[in-house]
Amino acid sequence: MSGKPRETRLEPRGDTRREPLARLGREDPLDHTLEPEAGVGFWRDAFRRLLKSRMAVTGAVLLIVVVLATLLAPVLTPYGFEEQDLARQLEPPSLQHPFGTDLAGRDLLTRTLYGGRLSLAVGLVATLVSLVIGVTWGAVAGYKGGATDNVMMRFVDMLYSLPFMFFVILLVAYFGRHLILLFLALGAVQWLTMSRIVRGQMIQLRGQEFVVAVVALGAQHRRIIFRHLIPNLLGPIIVYATLTVPAVMLEEAFLSFLGLGVQPPNSSWGLLAADGASSITAIHTAWWLILFPGLALAVTLFSLNFLGDGLRDALDPKLRNR
Amino acid sequence: MITFLVRRLLSTIPLLLVILFASFVFMRSAPGGPFDAERALPPQIEANLEAKYHLDEPVEKQFLRYLDGLLHGDLGPSLKYQARSVNEIIGQALPVSLVLGATALAFALLVGIPAGVVGALHHNRTEDYLTMSVSLLGICVPNFVLGPILIIVFSFAVGWFPAGGWGSWNQLILPALTLGAIRAAYIARLSRAGMLEVIHQDFIRTARAKGLRERIVIGKHALRVAILPVITYLGPATASVLVGSVVVERIFSIPGLGSFFVNSALNRDYTMAMGTVLLYSGLLIFLNLMVDVLYAVLDPRVELA
Amino acid sequence: MKVVSRRGHNPRRIHVLAFAALMTLLSGLGGCGGGSQAPDFVFLVGAEPETIDPATVSGQPGGRVDRNIFEGLAFNDPTDLHATPGMARSWDVSADGLVYTFHLRDAVWSDGTPVTAADFVYAWKRVLEPATASKYANMLYPIAGAEAYNRGDLTDPAGLGFRAEDDHTLVVTLHSPCPYFLQLCCFYTLLPVPRHVVEAYGDAWIKPEHIVSNGPFVLKEWILSRHVLLAKNPRYWDAEHVALNLVEGLTGDNINANFNLYMSGVLDWADASAVPLFVVPELRERPDFHVAPYFNTYFYRFNVTRPPFDDVRVRKAFYLAMDPSDITEYVLRGGQVPAHSLVPPGLPGYHEAHLPGRNVEEARRLLAEAGYPGGKGFPHVELFFNTSESHKQIAEVIQQQWKNALGVQVELVNQEWKVFLATTEAVDYWISRGSWIGDYLDPNTFLDMWQSTNGNNRTGFADPGYDALVDRAARTLDPAKRMDLLHQAEDWVLNKEMIILPVYTYVVQNLYDERDFTGLTPNLLNLINLKSVVPLRGHRGRPRNTDLRPEAAAARTPAAPGSG
Repeated sequence: MSGKPRETRLEPRGDTRREPLARLGREDPLDHTLEPEAGVGFWRDAFRRLLKSRMAVTGAVLLIVVVLATLLAPVLTPYGFEEQDLARQLEPPSLQHPFGTDLAGRDLLTRTLYGGRLSLAVGLVATLVSLVIGVTWGAVAGYKGGATDNVMMRFVDMLYSLPFMFFVILLVAYFGRHLILLFLALGAVQWLTMSRIVRGQMIQLRGQEFVVAVVALGAQHRRIIFRHLIPNLLGPIIVYATLTVPAVMLEEAFLSFLGLGVQPPNSSWGLLAADGASSITAIHTAWWLILFPGLALAVTLFSLNFLGDGLRDALDPKLRNR
Repeated sequence: MITFLVRRLLSTIPLLLVILFASFVFMRSAPGGPFDAERALPPQIEANLEAKYHLDEPVEKQFLRYLDGLLHGDLGPSLKYQARSVNEIIGQALPVSLVLGATALAFALLVGIPAGVVGALHHNRTEDYLTMSVSLLGICVPNFVLGPILIIVFSFAVGWFPAGGWGSWNQLILPALTLGAIRAAYIARLSRAGMLEVIHQDFIRTARAKGLRERIVIGKHALRVAILPVITYLGPATASVLVGSVVVERIFSIPGLGSFFVNSALNRDYTMAMGTVLLYSGLLIFLNLMVDVLYAVLDPRVELA
Repeated sequence: MKVVSRRGHNPRRIHVLAFAALMTLLSGLGGCGGGSQAPDFVFLVGAEPETIDPATVSGQPGGRVDRNIFEGLAFNDPTDLHATPGMARSWDVSADGLVYTFHLRDAVWSDGTPVTAADFVYAWKRVLEPATASKYANMLYPIAGAEAYNRGDLTDPAGLGFRAEDDHTLVVTLHSPCPYFLQLCCFYTLLPVPRHVVEAYGDAWIKPEHIVSNGPFVLKEWILSRHVLLAKNPRYWDAEHVALNLVEGLTGDNINANFNLYMSGVLDWADASAVPLFVVPELRERPDFHVAPYFNTYFYRFNVTRPPFDDVRVRKAFYLAMDPSDITEYVLRGGQVPAHSLVPPGLPGYHEAHLPGRNVEEARRLLAEAGYPGGKGFPHVELFFNTSESHKQIAEVIQQQWKNALGVQVELVNQEWKVFLATTEAVDYWISRGSWIGDYLDPNTFLDMWQSTNGNNRTGFADPGYDALVDRAARTLDPAKRMDLLHQAEDWVLNKEMIILPVYTYVVQNLYDERDFTGLTPNLLNLINLKSVVPLRGHRGRPRNTDLRPEAAAARTPAAPGSG
């Protein structure tokens, strides 16, 4: 995680290919001594670096494949995801059923593909929710410091100290099981951690000389936060976001294990994995019921993590020099 | 430091009150009550029961009554388990969960930090990919899958450990592994990322230039800063261990607080649920405080507000 | 917690953590009790009992413990469940069937105090006391004055129909003949309680340090979510025939975890709470899997006050479109039987109402007649069930059957337990899953619940004619006539009104190895009678054979007792 600010050296950087950044509309005369902000060239550079990392590319490709597969599910399988065939229950993988069938005779490949839609949606939406709220909150709190920080983080503490499980159980029990609720509830829990991480990094950052300098120059706070500081935080933000998606997906699985997540006949990888886990016993295991949803989940999470790692490496110029 | 601590502790009291009140009200607004059962109770008897536990009073009054009990250290009687007080139940279940959680976290730290450091030091080489892949596995496998697998392998196949229950040392191992795995994975990743950041810093180059042994450079100077993300993570990690133990406790039949925690909400056992909210919140607040203190201690550039 | 050190060395922090962990470890593990003596028998109680006070127990787990530490006037014989003399060594019934005179034997509580008829009077009055809030007070309603007292209409206890004539004689007067009254005497609500202990400790009297009981075992220890420990009661009147010395009852409600405990040899006896749905076919081939009929029916309730199910034709259509054999053969696979009646078959002297069985054309015809030909225009309806793997699987199959046969899409709603109870009790549903275990071996237990005043009805069905029919049956002396009236009542509920959809009859599933113990018999009420369990020299405590090959199973014939 690039929590440390970049050094404020005055000598030229190692990579002399970097052209002077287009500095349209910026007034700060001392900018060239500061961190180059996230201007156009920076991102192009980052993208190039990303493409060079094999891990990241693999991750991205796998992710695209998975997403496409779930979207194209109706085309890829002849079965409906609700279609039961009790005569063919609990069959191991075969030509007609590449992933086998479950207790009700439903084709597991179909259910895995359709379930993926829900899992990916949960992961994406909840993470986005948590990102938007968490970053803003944490950055503002960490930057302002003092009483504002105190109040804001105490609020976070308050929410944090509310046992998540509790909160979601009651929410689900009271308002019924609507998917939107699930997304919001899961996202609402994750933003807290994001905000604390961002705030922690922000606290370190704001003690840096360059921030002091910019403040002394009279730059507006908002500009400082969004133009100078947050880009420095992009590293940990992105890394943590890619760590959040699996966390959310696993939390959804946890809820499904308790019967509070996605409801039948809908399915998600979490629910499929939970069902599959209940089939692991000492005398008999329908291994396909746990393997394939588990693999789908794992592959997706792996690719997200590879991508996240690649992004982190790409966005952290310090690593450029190696 | 002292003033900071005192001020934080003082500010936690209103925080706790708000949490308690919010939970109190929220819980009672959920449909279903503690005495609903499969067999019907005649309405007047149900009314009697509610009166006995003061559930027919207005919420504010109930809350004040509850606070009064709190001040005397009494968390009230359990609404579901006759003749058991919440204090008693927590007293029995909490040490179990603490032991389980502490072991799981210890495992996570003892495995995760070295793994992450090794990975960072051998960045982009085999050790790195290996540790990162294994840690990814830890993140991607839910504990309700890992648990049964561990049971099948280590309990039924090789017979090293019991399949569940509680009371002896060997019953601790498998549940702690299951619970700690995902945290170990996160910690490995975080410490690796942190270490990667640190070892390219100037002050590390300086330390090396000074001629210090690599072990001191890494182990003393770099590590201290590198584990900062891990420290921040410890807070949520502990919290999630307490919640995640619900699943592990179910799978291994462990009499810990996690299952009471969930079941009290599901059973509308208001007093038990409030007890666990209180405990959980208090624990978290305390942990957050510790994290902030640790952060400040380890990174001298940070000042405590 | 000051962790600052001169060197800021990380390993030191880890040492601190490790030390802290070690300390909590020691306290946590050491804090757990558990006898130093190993138990002779370990059984599965089930979910954690809310209480073991006989007056307020409801549910099998609490009942299981109670029936082994207390003994009532009679108890159910382990094999055929007939009422066997317990605290009462004999009884006389008057010619009109209204007066029962129980002659108690010389027995004492575990603290030496004699058990007298007054203990029963005290216990039963306590059950009927409105303040006690007993869920099973209705077990005493056949007794004169009981219902009125429980409802608060009668306040003078002298009006109650039971009294202690002397220390060893209990006289009970019923308000009308009740052929199953002796069965009721075996039920846990009618167990005696030690007055001196209850009055001394109040609600806390059931705790191990206070409790006093009169049964074959006493409660030695009770750790929530973990176990109960029952020690042999040396003062029990039949103690010489009790073979077990220390029994452990494990509490836990995760089926897979319980199954693991059985397969690893920790549990000696378990029931369906340890049978995962997935492995039932494999289990059926094992000799340690025992199946017997169960007095328990699984059904769906209709809310007969809410359209479209206020129309009996729609309800019948839904029944006729269903095929429970799909469920028993493919989902449950444990030997359960599709239900053709509400009262499980096999009760001597009673022949149940008979449902016609699946008929898709008739179902479609009825639905069309009701105004929804082919399912067109059918309003949105939901099927509620509480969170459980099997409920979900069953509902999914039936949902599909309704869709295929009637063209109707019923939405499945999985509700958390309390919400489910609340909505069902409030009759705020369309279709709701239910089940009913008979409390005593008589059809009445399945039929009086549909009376309009009975809180277990929960369907909105209220017909004074039905109420009167069941009441008349309760007052009928002639057994054959009575059974006929009850048959009519069942017929009313099913063929005439179809207020419920019977799906299947449960089976009792017990896991135990008969080479290790005798005296364990699966029975109609799923009771376990610890005083008749005798250990044999066997393989207990060791992990069980997971090998499933048929030859291996056949090779494991039960060894003769004593051959080890």
